[in-house]
Amino acid sequence: MVPLTWYLILAAFVFSCGLFAALGRRNAIAVLMGIELMLNAANINLIAFWRYGAAPVQNLDGQIFALFVIAVAAAEVAVGLALIISVYRNRRTVNLDDLDLLKG
Amino acid sequence: MPELPFPLPTVQQVIFSMIAVLTVFGALVVVLAPNLFHSALGLVAAFFGAASVYIIAEAEFIGVSQVLIYVGAISTLITFAIMLTRGMMFGATSPRNRQWGTAAIITGLTFLVLVAIVSSVPWPAVGEPISQGHEIIAGLGRAFVNEYVIPFLLLAMLLLVALAGAIVLARDYK
Repeated sequence: MVPLTWYLILAAFVFSCGLFAALGRRNAIAVLMGIELMLNAANINLIAFWRYGAAPVQNLDGQIFALFVIAVAAAEVAVGLALIISVYRNRRTVNLDDLDLLKG
Repeated sequence: MPELPFPLPTVQQVIFSMIAVLTVFGALVVVLAPNLFHSALGLVAAFFGAASVYIIAEAEFIGVSQVLIYVGAISTLITFAIMLTRGMMFGATSPRNRQWGTAAIITGLTFLVLVAIVSSVPWPAVGEPISQGHEIIAGLGRAFVNEYVIPFLLLAMLLLVALAGAIVLARDYK
């Protein structure tokens, strides 16, 4: 079997990529993609810990939590993209460096 | 036959490594591609890689859900949003913002800390074998209508409210 460490390191790498996309990309949609990557990394960890926990067939909490994360991510991406489209309609840009209306 | 200094990888480990390479490549394309559309394609690769990881971990239902929801719905939504807002995204501007250097340092440190924590704990290398795999999906169905019924209904409400709110936000009032 694959050692649990491999799953965790893969998830850590995907999480770091998502974090960089969320912090360092200029485009709002790229930031949203980074958030999706981070949610996926969390899901990989949940599934890996479910698989290596005690009695995986009876104890399904990890899988259930992963399904909740997937559903909430779907809701989040729908609202996020609607916000981005609304901002684009009003400001003609989705460049986050230009969206500083609240900066004062 | 001479004794090898390290144990040979099993077939599962080789397949996991190939999936991990696909996932890492997809994640790097998402982060580094200057063209946003290439980022979306990398995101699809990373989602497929994650789905394969779930299937390797014997969580087949989650893997199929991942393909349906992430690859089928979320990637399509993101592609539509890119095509609806692409006007000023290309040209001489950099794909990264002003603070990308700081972001790279923070991200690298986060990755190093995570790897250090993960490798300092003696995690189990072998999980319990699953012989009754069909019981997992039946158990998931039972859990969603028994102890998890309130969170399940709240999740349904959340999806309904979020999607209705998305329609209200994206509507053109002119």
